[in-house]
Amino acid sequence: MADKIVINDLNFYYNQKQAINNLNMSIPANEIFSVIGPANSGITTLLRTLNRLCDLTPGIRIEGEIQLDNQSIYAPEVSVTELRRRVGIVFDVPTPLPMSIFDNIAYGPRLARKKNKKALAETVELALRQAALWEEVKDRLKIQAMSLSGGQQQRLCLARVLALEPEVILLDRPCSGLDPISTAKIEESLTELKKQFTIIISPHNTQQAARISDRVAFMLMGNLIEEGANMEVFSSPKDRRTSDYITGRFG
Amino acid sequence: MKKFKEKLSGRVFFVLALSTISALVLITVFIFVNGMPLIAEVGLFNFIFGMSWAPEQGQFGIFPMIVGTVSVTLGAALLGIPVGICCSIFMAEFAPAMMKNIFRPAIQLLAGIPSVVYGFWGLIFIVPAISTHLGGVGMSILAGSIILAIMILPTIISISEVSLLALPRTYKEGALALGMTHWQTIRHVQLPAAKSGIVAGVILGIGRAVGETMVVIMVLGNSVALPESILDSVRTLTTNIGLEMGYAAGRHRQALFATGIVLFVIIMILNISAQYITRKKVK
Repeated sequence: MADKIVINDLNFYYNQKQAINNLNMSIPANEIFSVIGPANSGITTLLRTLNRLCDLTPGIRIEGEIQLDNQSIYAPEVSVTELRRRVGIVFDVPTPLPMSIFDNIAYGPRLARKKNKKALAETVELALRQAALWEEVKDRLKIQAMSLSGGQQQRLCLARVLALEPEVILLDRPCSGLDPISTAKIEESLTELKKQFTIIISPHNTQQAARISDRVAFMLMGNLIEEGANMEVFSSPKDRRTSDYITGRFG
Repeated sequence: MKKFKEKLSGRVFFVLALSTISALVLITVFIFVNGMPLIAEVGLFNFIFGMSWAPEQGQFGIFPMIVGTVSVTLGAALLGIPVGICCSIFMAEFAPAMMKNIFRPAIQLLAGIPSVVYGFWGLIFIVPAISTHLGGVGMSILAGSIILAIMILPTIISISEVSLLALPRTYKEGALALGMTHWQTIRHVQLPAAKSGIVAGVILGIGRAVGETMVVIMVLGNSVALPESILDSVRTLTTNIGLEMGYAAGRHRQALFATGIVLFVIIMILNISAQYITRKKVK
């Protein structure tokens, strides 16, 4: 299968501190790619470099290359806003905007290409269905998004990204604050969504990675330790540190 | 002993805190006691909407001064609000750290300049400039508006900037992650979310413009007449008190206190609405 994202010799620094060391990785299209590892492993940093949200942090420096469909995303001619529409992100805490449910989702499409009302409503419904939230909110799309529960807010954020019709979806510990039922719902939709999108997720625990991923990468202190198909990594890890981590000896 | 000290310190703070409130109460009562008899005598309607101010002849109409206050304040708001809000957006969103370190103290300094200095500068610089380029004597609504606009900038800028910076970072990141540009994020997400704080800042700024006295005495010309253009001279409510209190006696003095009541009520309404708006945000 074609590689959607290719990372070559990536080094990432916050001022003097190096957060990612010489990373090489290829992420195939239409799969769920999990990046696992303990805190401070550079995983969030990695996700945020993929749609250049890290640009917002002062004092960062990036070396190496990241390609999306064989094009460098850090090339000067790349439009950052266009890139962020193609590579959507869901954060570890729900981040609804201070507006209604409908507007939260319709916002991106409205800005991207001024759709007519009917098409917009369809986009919103589809996105909410894909994020397994439609049934719960269909009668109250006009209420403030902030008044939803945490799990619902997080699915709203997923729907918001889906409505942009991106190519890649990044999920940074999307279920860390969620109850098991919301988590199950999100996992279910992700498995469905990978037919359409490339999904890169930092799962909040190894069990989740084992349940949903096609491929798994294990990172530790900014280094990529091991990467491979789900079964391989979890049943016969090549590196000692990987097996220690997935068996719960540390992390 | 320790317990006694604790108790005592609590009492001391309470008494000191009480003294600030009692000052407010005393001043309020004093103004009303001195001003109300005249309003009762002349009638509230005649006082507020009366066109003629001639204390010696027993005519106490302050409508021209209300118009004066409103027109100068409106002018200051029209000039000051857009500049102030844009400046706060620049400070909160665009300015690099080094520039902020220059801008912020500079704006605070603007608030620290004594109003008589503003007035003097206006008299020497703005008034002649208006007279030369636009005609008239120069002492005018326009001159007052320009200077007051500058004076209310620090209030508007600092309160708006604080309310923009107080927004959760997730709003900005979430919006940018949706592929919005920086400006779209500011316009559609950050400004609406910080709206109540910004409006409160604007209202407090306007309150400052309404209450300002020294500057307007110096550059408005102080004639008691309805203005026909922004180049005309006007007198504000504050000016009326400031100019005449030195020699006023009897009913004239009461009339000045009554003017103070009107001013007091206007400022109260502005401050209370600012507080109401900020409180609504917390809910």
